[in-house]
Parts: sequence; structure tokens; C-alpha cells
Amino acid sequence: MHGHNEALFLEEISSFLGLYYLFLAALNAGAAFYLWRRGRGIRLIGPIRSFHCWLLLALLFTMIAPLAFSGDPQVMRWISLPPSVRDFIDWLMGPVVYSVGTVAVLTVLFVGRRFFVKPTVAWLMLNGALLFMGLAMTDPDFADIVRKPDNVPIVGLIYLLGYFTWLGAYLAVENDKRIQQGLPPKEKELDEKVLVWPDLVYTELICMIAVTALLFVWAICIKAPLEEPASAVKTPNPSKAPWYFLGLQEMLVYYDPWMAGVVLPSLIIFGLMAIPYLDFNKKGNGYYTIDERKFSYIVFQFGFIVLWVTLIVLGTFLRGPNWNFFGPFETWDPHKVEALNNVDLSEFFWVRWLQRARPRPPEDAGMLIKVGVILIRELPGILLLIGYFAITPAAMVVWSRFFRELFKKMGLFRYMTMMFLLQVMLLLPVKMVCRWSFNLKYFIAIPEWMLNF
Amino acid sequence: MPSLSEIIRHSQIWKSIFRHPAPVDRRNRVVVMLTNFFLHLHPVSIKKQGIALSYTWCMGGVTFFLFLVETVTGVLLMFYYRPTLEWAYKDILALRDVMSMGILRELHRWGAHAMVITVWLHMYRVFLTGSYKPPREFNWVIGVILLLLTLLLSFTGYLLPWDQLAIWAITVGSNMARATPILGHEGPGSQLLTVDGIPMITNASDARFALLGARFVGEETLNRFYVLHCIALPLAVAFLLAIHFWRVRKDGGISGPL
Repeated sequence: MHGHNEALFLEEISSFLGLYYLFLAALNAGAAFYLWRRGRGIRLIGPIRSFHCWLLLALLFTMIAPLAFSGDPQVMRWISLPPSVRDFIDWLMGPVVYSVGTVAVLTVLFVGRRFFVKPTVAWLMLNGALLFMGLAMTDPDFADIVRKPDNVPIVGLIYLLGYFTWLGAYLAVENDKRIQQGLPPKEKELDEKVLVWPDLVYTELICMIAVTALLFVWAICIKAPLEEPASAVKTPNPSKAPWYFLGLQEMLVYYDPWMAGVVLPSLIIFGLMAIPYLDFNKKGNGYYTIDERKFSYIVFQFGFIVLWVTLIVLGTFLRGPNWNFFGPFETWDPHKVEALNNVDLSEFFWVRWLQRARPRPPEDAGMLIKVGVILIRELPGILLLIGYFAITPAAMVVWSRFFRELFKKMGLFRYMTMMFLLQVMLLLPVKMVCRWSFNLKYFIAIPEWMLNF
Repeated sequence: MPSLSEIIRHSQIWKSIFRHPAPVDRRNRVVVMLTNFFLHLHPVSIKKQGIALSYTWCMGGVTFFLFLVETVTGVLLMFYYRPTLEWAYKDILALRDVMSMGILRELHRWGAHAMVITVWLHMYRVFLTGSYKPPREFNWVIGVILLLLTLLLSFTGYLLPWDQLAIWAITVGSNMARATPILGHEGPGSQLLTVDGIPMITNASDARFALLGARFVGEETLNRFYVLHCIALPLAVAFLLAIHFWRVRKDGGISGPL
């Protein structure tokens, strides 16, 4: 988008952006005021304390706001990400960088959680994220996808999830410190009972009013989307499922529909239900903690934050026409061509490694011979998967003391159930990596029976 | 001279409605919880952590409240909406263009999105505080089913405006049912179900057909999703909610060992 169009777009978004920066200013001013009144706020250098920084940020945002309100392309250039940075992000981004990068960032946050949960650090990170979003909003492609009415909830979800993940981790880190010092978790100090009326009843009332107010503001500001009337002959490109199912739609890239759409969702539901029966750890019941239940914490966070939410974000914001990957500042060009030549494991084995054609049953062969030949053709994949599912659990017991303890405490049936669920979950990233690194299509490809895995 | 509020509080009408005096002293604050229908869901007293917002996030409560919002706005929307090919889209247009200050559909749609998010956050909190541990294992299972039902409610509602967004989202979402093992006509194992070489599972008899009521997303689907969305699923949710809340009470509050 250039020239006239861009000016129009900037004018359109200017009032929103101006309000956005005023909101950020108010947020920081509020934080500064709160910390100052309470006399909290940590010392940074000499007499400078954290609330001085937040006040400075508030002033900075207040100064940015009129620039944003102007809507003038010349002025707005100063509060936008430079084109070179946008191009760099687009160039860098791809399914691999996005997914691996997310996991890497989350791992760093987890390992350094004692540092990152500090309110000052967390507040700085929040400001960074909000500022990045503001600077990015002047890009028409970014704004288009973020402002789509049905995508607004996902933006909200990202910030809410970030906040609550921080809150949970913060309380957990506090409790872990206490437990290390031999003290009970903080929640235990709140064991005394209070009357439900008025304490709880009024809290609930306030929550209800707040939610109602929020819903009304949301409903007045953003119209519910309504497109052209339904037409069975005009297929939109891309065709997307509702946003909460976009993680499943993203899985379709790596798995056939029977897996991505039926078996894996069923296993997700089953696996969630199985959690209380597999997690035998009696600690961490009724208080936030990470150290006392590290294994279950990591498994759940990996399943929820990484495989559930980041795949939804990927499917919503970064998948465009033909389900091609687009950087956040890239125009959704339906003619973008991505040459993909995915190869089955059986082809790797027979054609590339053994240098011969894949076994094929003769046309007039009987049923049994056909089945036999197909099974032989797919033997590498079948053996690989049997090995993965059958040998790994046993191997883990032999090699890892941690898993041996699990096995002893859980018994064979529970241990195998847990391992099966874990392995199915891990197979998704494994398959994603295989696809990215050597274009693997299927471990087992039996199109004759519509059984591709 | 008794004040006006005292006169009202002591009138026969007031006393006939509220079975308890004003909850201003300790005794009556207990009585109100026991004798009021809407409040008897709650215990009389709870642990302090149960009212700490930083601990509970209030997300379960917000989800329930949003369910009520969806019920009320949904009933109002049903006054205006006819689930037929001829009228569905036009009725939504009228809701947008004809009704003055109409934000009914907005409230319903954004409430639905918000409910999906809050139910996830509720699950997140319950996990992080280990509140699914004994004796609350089964309530977690009910919660997972409620999460699934929330998604299905949102999914079935997505079709009703009958615009391009709606039918293609549902087409994409329901295409997967074609590939259901054994029961989908493009799923593995469906070839096994044949009678004298004639397949039993076709595109007119498979799982997707059962979901859509037709071979593609059409009027039968609209009717089916409408009934699921307005009657079947809300009833199932209401039933499970009752058990969910009852179990919270019986299992000894929202978390912690019994």
C-alpha cells in the first residue's frame, strides 16, 4: 500500500492509536502513583526508584499520543517500526523460527523465572510488548489482521494469558522460596474462615458489573462481523475454522485429517481428563508452586501454551491464502508460491537409500498378497513407530532414574497410559521438525486404505 | 419515625419475598446464605484464600456469568432470527441495520468469545493450583466436558449468521469428520464396512452426514446446528454445571486437601 491509500489508512487508525498511547500513559502513571503512595518501588540507581521510571514512561507515551492523533504520514513515520526492521522480521519469520523461537523464549523465561517474575521486570516486559504493538499498528498489513473483529479476542487472549502466566509464576516463586526456608506456602496462612456474605458475594457482584461494563464497551466499539451472504460456490482463500480450532487446522499441515481432526482432538480431551488420575504427586494441592511439581508443570505448559495457544496464534495471524506462511507485516498475496515436495519415509528408505523402486503388488494379486506387499513397503515406518511407542517407555525406565521412580509409583498400566499420551503429544513437534528439516510427509503412507500417518 | 427503608423492610410484601431479615449482623449473614435460593449455592463461610482474587482469578465465576449473559441475549436473539436459508441472513442484516442501538448480536458474539477464553483461564488456574487433585478428580473431568461443550456451543453458533464467514468456517471445521476412522467415508477402515462389495459408509451415511444432516453445509445443517445451539447443548451445559457446582461444595471448597 502506498501513497494515497497509506495516508487514508493512517488517518483511519490515528484516533485509535492516540487513545492507545494515552491508555499506556495512564497505565504507567497509575503504577507510578500506586507504588509511590505505598512507598514500594525498588531502588534502581542512587535516589532513582522504579516509579520514577514509570512516570517517565507515562510522560513519554503522553508525548507520543498527539503524534499518533495527527494521522500525518510524515509524523507517523517517527512512531512506526522502520521498514527495514519490518522487512527483517518478515524475512526471518517462518514456521520454524516462529515455533522454535517461541519454545526457546518460553524456556528462557522458565529457567530464569526467579528474575522474570519480579514485578519491575514483568512491568518492563509488558510495556515493551505494548509499545511494539503500537509501533507495529501503523503497518497496514499488521493492522488488518489484528483488527479483524474475530481476531481481537486472540489479541486479548495473548495479553491475558501473559498476565496470568506471570501471576501464577510469581505466586509460585514466592511460595517456593518460603518452602525452601521451611515455611508453609502463603495460601496456608489464609486458612481462617470468613463469612461469604458480605466478602464473597460483593466480590462476585463487582466482577459481574466489571464484566458487563467491559462487554458493553467491546460491543459498542467493535461491530460483529457480517460478510456477504453464504455461497457454496465462492470459496474464500484462506478458509479458516473459528479461531479456537485453528491449532487443529494448523495440525492438518503435518497430519492427515483423521489424525488432526479426529484422533488427536479426542486424545487431547482424553488426556486432559486423565491428568488427575496420572498425577500422583500429593504436593501442590491448593497453592501455587513450580518446584514441588516441576514435571507436571512443564508438561502442562508445553501442551497448553506451546501446542495449544501458539499454534492458534500461528494459524490466525501468520497463515494466509493457501495456508502459506506470511510474516506479520507481509501482504497476503494469494499468488505466493511455496514449492513443497514432501516425501514419504518409505520413499526415503526404498528409493533414496536402497536405490530401487518401492515394492508394488501385482495388479491381479489376491487380497492377502496385496496386504503383505503394502506392509513390507511401509515396514520402515511401522517399525519406527512401534519402536517409538513400545521401546521408549521401557528405555526411559532403564536409563532415567526419574522415569524409574515414576514407573515404580504409578504401576505398569498408569505409566504406559501416561507415556502413550506424552509420546502422542511429542510426536507433533517431532513430525513438525521432520517436515521442516527433510520434507518428511508420512511415516506410514497407505493411501490404499486412506491410512496415512 | 422509622426510615423509608425500614418501612419497606418491615412490610408484609418484602417479608414474603425475602425469608430473612437484612444481613447486617453476624447471625443474619449466616441466615441469608442458608435461606436465599440464589445464595444457597454458596457455603456460609469459606477460607480466606477462596475470596482472594489473586488466587482464584474469578474465572470460573466469570465463565458462569457469561453463560447467563449468552442465555439472556440468546433468547432475545431468537425473537428476531429464523433458521432458514430464506431468512437467516436477512434477519441478521435487520438486526444490524433496522434495530436502533442494536448491540444484541455484538453482546452475544463477544460474550461467546470471552467465554471460550475465560473457560481456558479457569482450567489454567485450576491446574496451576493443583486443584484437580484428590478429592476433586472427577470434578476436573466434568470441567473438561464443559470446556468441550463451550467450544461446541461456540462452533454451532458460528454458522447461524449464514454469511461467507459462517459456512466456510463450518465447512472447514466439519470436513474433518469425513476422515473419522471407520465411520467417515474418507477415513481409514471405512472400506471394511461393505455388504456384497457395496460400501456402507458413503458421503450420505458417514459421521459428517450425521453432523450436517446433508452432504454439504445446507439448510438441514442450519436447522441441526440451530437446535444444538439453542436447546441441546445449553441443556447439557446446565445439567453438568449443576453437578460441577454441587461437587465444588461437596468436595470441600474450590481447592486444597479435604
